[in-house]
Amino acid sequence: MFSTPGASDMSDTPILDIQNLNVRFDTPKGEFHAVKDVSFTMGREKLAIVGESGSGKTQTGRAILGLTQGRITADRMTFHGSNLVGLSPLAWREIRGRRIAMVMQDPKYSLNPVMTIGDQLIEAGQRHKGPAGPRQRALEMLEAVKIRDPQRVFRAWPHELSGGMGQRAMIAMMLMAEPELLIADEPTSALDVTVRLQVLAILDDLVKTRNMGLIFISHDLNLVRTFADRVLIMYGGRVVEELPARDLYSATHPYTKGLLACAPEVDNPKKRLAILSRDPAWADAPQVRQPAGGRS
Amino acid sequence: MLIKSRRLRGLLNSLGSVAVTLFGLLLVTFVISRLLPADPVLAIVGDHATDEYVERVREQLGLNEPILVQFWIYFTNVIQGDLGQSIRTSQPIAQELMNVFPATLELATLGTIIGIIFGIPLGVLAAVRKDTLIDHVVRFVGLVGYSVPIFWLGLMGLLVFYAKLDWLPGPGRLDFGYEDMITPVTGLMTVDTLIAGDMDLFWNALGHLILPASLLGYFSLAYISRMTRSLMLGQLSQEYILTARVKGVSESRIIWKHAMGNVLVPLITVIALSYGNLLEGSVLTETVFAWRGLGLYITDSIFGQDMPAVMGGTIVVGAVFIVINMLTDVAYRLLDPRAQ
Amino acid sequence: MISASFRAWLLSDVPDSRFQARMGRFYLGWLTFARNPLAMLGLFILILLVVMAIFAPWISPHNPLWGELGDRLLPPSSKFLLGTDDQGRDIFSRIVYGARTTLYIIGLVAVTAAPIGLLIGATAGYIGGWVETTLMRLTDAFLAYPKLILALAFAAALGAGLENAVLAIAITSWPPYARIARAETLTVRNSDYVAAARMTGAGSLRILFGHIMPMCIPSLIVRVSLDMAGIILIAAGLGFLGLGVAPPQPEWGSMVSEGRSQILEQWWVCTYPGIAICIVSLGFNLIGDGLRDVLDPRGK
Repeated sequence: MFSTPGASDMSDTPILDIQNLNVRFDTPKGEFHAVKDVSFTMGREKLAIVGESGSGKTQTGRAILGLTQGRITADRMTFHGSNLVGLSPLAWREIRGRRIAMVMQDPKYSLNPVMTIGDQLIEAGQRHKGPAGPRQRALEMLEAVKIRDPQRVFRAWPHELSGGMGQRAMIAMMLMAEPELLIADEPTSALDVTVRLQVLAILDDLVKTRNMGLIFISHDLNLVRTFADRVLIMYGGRVVEELPARDLYSATHPYTKGLLACAPEVDNPKKRLAILSRDPAWADAPQVRQPAGGRS
Repeated sequence: MLIKSRRLRGLLNSLGSVAVTLFGLLLVTFVISRLLPADPVLAIVGDHATDEYVERVREQLGLNEPILVQFWIYFTNVIQGDLGQSIRTSQPIAQELMNVFPATLELATLGTIIGIIFGIPLGVLAAVRKDTLIDHVVRFVGLVGYSVPIFWLGLMGLLVFYAKLDWLPGPGRLDFGYEDMITPVTGLMTVDTLIAGDMDLFWNALGHLILPASLLGYFSLAYISRMTRSLMLGQLSQEYILTARVKGVSESRIIWKHAMGNVLVPLITVIALSYGNLLEGSVLTETVFAWRGLGLYITDSIFGQDMPAVMGGTIVVGAVFIVINMLTDVAYRLLDPRAQ
Repeated sequence: MISASFRAWLLSDVPDSRFQARMGRFYLGWLTFARNPLAMLGLFILILLVVMAIFAPWISPHNPLWGELGDRLLPPSSKFLLGTDDQGRDIFSRIVYGARTTLYIIGLVAVTAAPIGLLIGATAGYIGGWVETTLMRLTDAFLAYPKLILALAFAAALGAGLENAVLAIAITSWPPYARIARAETLTVRNSDYVAAARMTGAGSLRILFGHIMPMCIPSLIVRVSLDMAGIILIAAGLGFLGLGVAPPQPEWGSMVSEGRSQILEQWWVCTYPGIAICIVSLGFNLIGDGLRDVLDPRGK
């Protein structure tokens, strides 16, 4: 039923299949249920997960890579049919970086300050077998993310780069081993608005040309509206709505509608901005499933 | 990328700080030496001197000058290396200090080396295995090192290993009476016995080193392991460590290349501080082990009411501290890419 | 242990007064502290120390100041719990009375060094400019020196005696407090309520003493507790070197020194006072660690 890695070109063949993912934390105040019965599948497409702080979106992304402090349970969480739950450290090293990678929010913190960019890139590409050596490949990747002087950036320290450049270097680093799935956890939130669109364009381009899947985690519904193929809205650890990006304005769930209403529109000015009201019941309702055939 | 003049400016800044701190040190020691309730002149000339003689000595020592002039004389003397004369021995203090300093250096250096070799791995282990048994053990060892008085532990060491078990030799750098047989060349007993060609005394010297060096080593280890653990924990919770995990980097490489790389620079400060602590601890340790170093010199001077010698010793220790601080500063500049 | 209504008042989400809010935070901090068994052990040791000091005359079986020469250097027995020293004095009694000396020393040091540091640091932080630079340079200079050696030099210059030793230790202990006070002052200096106080006509001195300095006190208390163990060790070191109390007053450090010459045969004379130092110092370290966990659990 699932295709062998890399053999399929069809964008709707699922590469990631998640059924009832749960992430729970043990805190002094009791058990914190961060991710509640989240289910979705995705193929080589751009899937956005949108929610506010505490909605569980980041924890979902981390759980896919097994990088959360919480306890992960799921009925099924597979990548190309291979299980992703309870793997050994050795098994994880096969997946992380090589088949699934993750770009984080702020390059100021997510890059090692005492290693040059080049060294960090080479390290990411160490185990990748390709025609060119790691160094050559690193320079190619830096060019691929539209960095104009790859030699200089290769030799640079992270603190010498601007936010936009640092994030592009980060993207280059994560693509070194040619993963099939890239999880981007708020990759543009720490960047200036002008730079944001550049980085988004680069991500878009890369994902298309390499036929990768992209999970784009964000709190900004407006941002993902034009960028993503499909959108998952999360609230209180649950998925409250799932729909194609172009169908966003026909959203049915009150939370989604509220989020959409909150954003000011230039060509449709309102006297008063809507206030988002949150109903705690949404956190307990079972996941809204997309009817079969509803995907693009 | 590196602008030489910026580096030079930074270094000059450090030197400036050092000069100011040194000045402050001398100011403090000068004030202390003038705090003496006893008349320094009487200590030199004795009780039976005539009034004119006392007056003459006062004149010589410059004690009749206004206080600022006295300080100036003091300051310029010290800068030139003249720390005055010892009241007990009438020898130049600077010379005496140079004779005893290597013995202290020997102990402090050995102790710090022990602290580094054992303390860093233990600290890393405790951080990586946080909250497990090994973590608690390492933290306990560190806690004891912070709570135990060094002079008492030294005495206990002598009691157990020398008196009761007879495994190690007793106080002194060599067995009783032999110390004066060796001509000091470097001041380090182990080296000097080798130079003198006396293999028996060499092993003897080595044996005598074990207890005091281990004592200081333990205190150094306690401090270094605790700081290493805390620095490591601080780094392991950083985002770039997550990035490395995402890249599939092995756990050992994450610890020893990624985290350690960031721990190294503050760790240098820790090691320098530890060295300074050991210099301090040597005062008490040398008293317990009859180790003829700077510490014993200072305490003997205190008992002998030889205040100039006490001040001289204080200045030397203070100056070493200051130099250590400056070297750490320089090292920081050189090693941290963000500081350049 | 406390009534339910009092507890509710402490934990209320909407306190009516700053006092209530402070008490509530204090209570929560105490709960965290109390959950830590090691910290409670440290507290227990401290309480034991205080009890020993207060009730010394009732606890100690013998006179600590003199003994019969016929009782010299006796090993521990039912009559002399920890043995006797070379003047026939009961070591146990001397240790118990030594608790008084210890408390006296650390109390005096805390009460002397902390206010000095507070004054210098807060003044430097408040006035700013060259005053601040000068004072901070002075502080940094002092910080760079070896505490023990400087205390030694001071104590030696001032002469023997307990108060002199305390002064010597205090003089070398204030720099960290000055730094903390300055840091706190800098954060508070530009706050709204200081500006409000100035607007109502309060003079600089009043602001400094009435508003700024009190804000520094909590951090200072924590730092002082953390330093206590070190101060005890320095005091014991001074005692060991003969700078401290005058004999025959019992002080644990000097007791260790007195027992040195008998270490080979009558080892108990210097061992037990040292153990007392260890226990008390350990207690303060545990309390300090516990306090640090309450205030900054991330660092653990």
